[in-house]
Amino acid sequence: MVAAVALEELQKRGISAEQAHEMLLKMMLIRSFEEKAEELFALGRVHGTMHLSIGQEASAVGLSTALARNDYLLNTHRGHGHCLAWYGSSPDLMMAEFMGKETGYCRGRGGSMHIANVDTNNLGANGIVGGGLPISVGVGLTIKLRKTDQVAAAVFGDGGANTGAFHESVNMASIWDLPIIYFCENNQYAMSMAFKRAFNIEHVSDRASAYGIIGVTVDGNDLLAVYDVAVEAVARARRGEGPTLIESRTYRWKGHSKSDKQAYRTREEVKEWQEKEPIRRFATFLGMSDEEREALHAQARQRIEESVVFSENSPEPDVADIMEGVYA
Amino acid sequence: MPEQNGHPNGAARELTVVEALREALNQIMAIDERVFVIGEDVGVYGGAFGVSAGLVQAYGADRVIDTPISEAGIAGACIGAALTGMRPVGEIQFMDFVTISMEQLVLQAAKIRFMFGGKATVPMVLRTPAGSGTGAAAQHSESLENWFVHVPGLKVVMPSNAYDAKGLLLSAIQDDNPVIFVEHKLLYKTKAHVPEEMYTIPLSKTNVARQGKHLTVIATSVMVQRALQAADILAGEGIELEVIDPRTLMPLDDAPIIESVIKTGKAMVVHEAVKTGGFGGEIVARIMESEAFGYLEAPVRRVAGLDIPIPYNRTLEMNTVPQVQNIVDEARKLVKGEY
Repeated sequence: MVAAVALEELQKRGISAEQAHEMLLKMMLIRSFEEKAEELFALGRVHGTMHLSIGQEASAVGLSTALARNDYLLNTHRGHGHCLAWYGSSPDLMMAEFMGKETGYCRGRGGSMHIANVDTNNLGANGIVGGGLPISVGVGLTIKLRKTDQVAAAVFGDGGANTGAFHESVNMASIWDLPIIYFCENNQYAMSMAFKRAFNIEHVSDRASAYGIIGVTVDGNDLLAVYDVAVEAVARARRGEGPTLIESRTYRWKGHSKSDKQAYRTREEVKEWQEKEPIRRFATFLGMSDEEREALHAQARQRIEESVVFSENSPEPDVADIMEGVYA
Repeated sequence: MPEQNGHPNGAARELTVVEALREALNQIMAIDERVFVIGEDVGVYGGAFGVSAGLVQAYGADRVIDTPISEAGIAGACIGAALTGMRPVGEIQFMDFVTISMEQLVLQAAKIRFMFGGKATVPMVLRTPAGSGTGAAAQHSESLENWFVHVPGLKVVMPSNAYDAKGLLLSAIQDDNPVIFVEHKLLYKTKAHVPEEMYTIPLSKTNVARQGKHLTVIATSVMVQRALQAADILAGEGIELEVIDPRTLMPLDDAPIIESVIKTGKAMVVHEAVKTGGFGGEIVARIMESEAFGYLEAPVRRVAGLDIPIPYNRTLEMNTVPQVQNIVDEARKLVKGEY
């Protein structure tokens, strides 16, 4: 099933053919979840807003595969992918949360921008750009004080890299050698503000040197490339050598949120990036035929359909419980 | 009896607020490895007002962490550590600087538990010195407690004396919620009897600091001390003030306040923070909404800071926030039916 060249590449990394298919399936699951989310929104079956990461799936799966089950994740508002890729994630509980149901990860109180599962060290998506960065410092301190070999991954975007919180957090993590992967998904736009207009440097990772840490830019649509840099960064962190700044260069295919007319970019640009599509790219690398790939993708779509059924059959939160969860 | 603990000779053991807070930190750090202190100059310097002096020598730099000038980072570090099982005690050097931490405190610390469906806890304390009276002018003298009262998910504690400071801080550290712990700078050197043993004062338990029958005075922080002094003065004129100290502003235990107003028929709120949008408005509203309304014999008055930034000049500064004489004058008018 897997091409010889690919098999060799996978073996070098200690990834089995079966694991590679799981990684591919995870990307397809993310894609299917988000396409379904968009559809449900268009049909008026969910309210609010959402931030889709279609086109960025390799970033999420590459990072999570490099981390271990007891590591920590701090996620962004565009976080469906990282959440689904995380250990033990349930599409049912995610979809139920998205649909505001009591059975959702956050009992319908959080929604798309706040999905968390603290029991599995998924410390949550964040509605504030860069909002998870200061929190990562505390997670790093916990690991350091407990003397475990855990690592925290703090995901943020090119927008988050321009907040003051980024500076404070990366500096603190650096001076204390905290085991944190600062994972910047540079999807080229902070809402409408293009990366090139918001930065006067070539790479977000150039900023690493200002904090005395290693920075690296990687093709965020290349699953194994993302995995490779993440593995290196995780190893450094586990050795006590402090944080790494990874810039995963990718592209957001859809608008910022549901109300984006996308006047700030051209169709040609979007099309250009769509040709670098990560799912087909990895499937082709594995030597899969179109039929084989489609068959696997159909499995992912089916799983997401099941999650919709689960969610639709789930109860709404009870208004009588509205005050719950404010205080412990 | 707490008075006798550790004092075979029966003499009351007195500590300042600074010493009481330090003793609380020392005692809890000795028995709970999850507790650590983090903030600007909290290590060798001992904290801007000396509260953490000696802790770094006792517990090491890993648990008494000096930070860069990064107030958002300090707040975030507390949140992340609390979320993963620690019990951090952060210090924001002056309450004015919480402005830099607001995103983390208001949008993260306060909301994480609720947003995550009640499945996470953020057991952190953020200590911060507040208030005027030190000639530090407008950016080092603010009393911003009511900003936090307005944010569900946060608890807000303001001790008025050394005994309460120790017991409330120990409760705050053991509480599973984010607690903003506001310390008035003018109280730091004031002394009170403080037992040596570890003891807690429950949060959200309002204290009747002095009993009286003519007027209920609800005061916070340093204003509790001023109200008590005013009560001493007025006692000489036969006017008996009942002084009530909420100690925890949010969630507020308002029952003792309502009961007191039913008894006295008159009420006044005293706080240092600016009057408009201040905590006094909330207290007045709670009284008006309660059965105490029917017992009121006079308007409920607020004695609070002027609606201006804290000025530098000593005389202007003194005239910006309530002093003992202001409380005496207002209380006398209220009791004598001049409103």
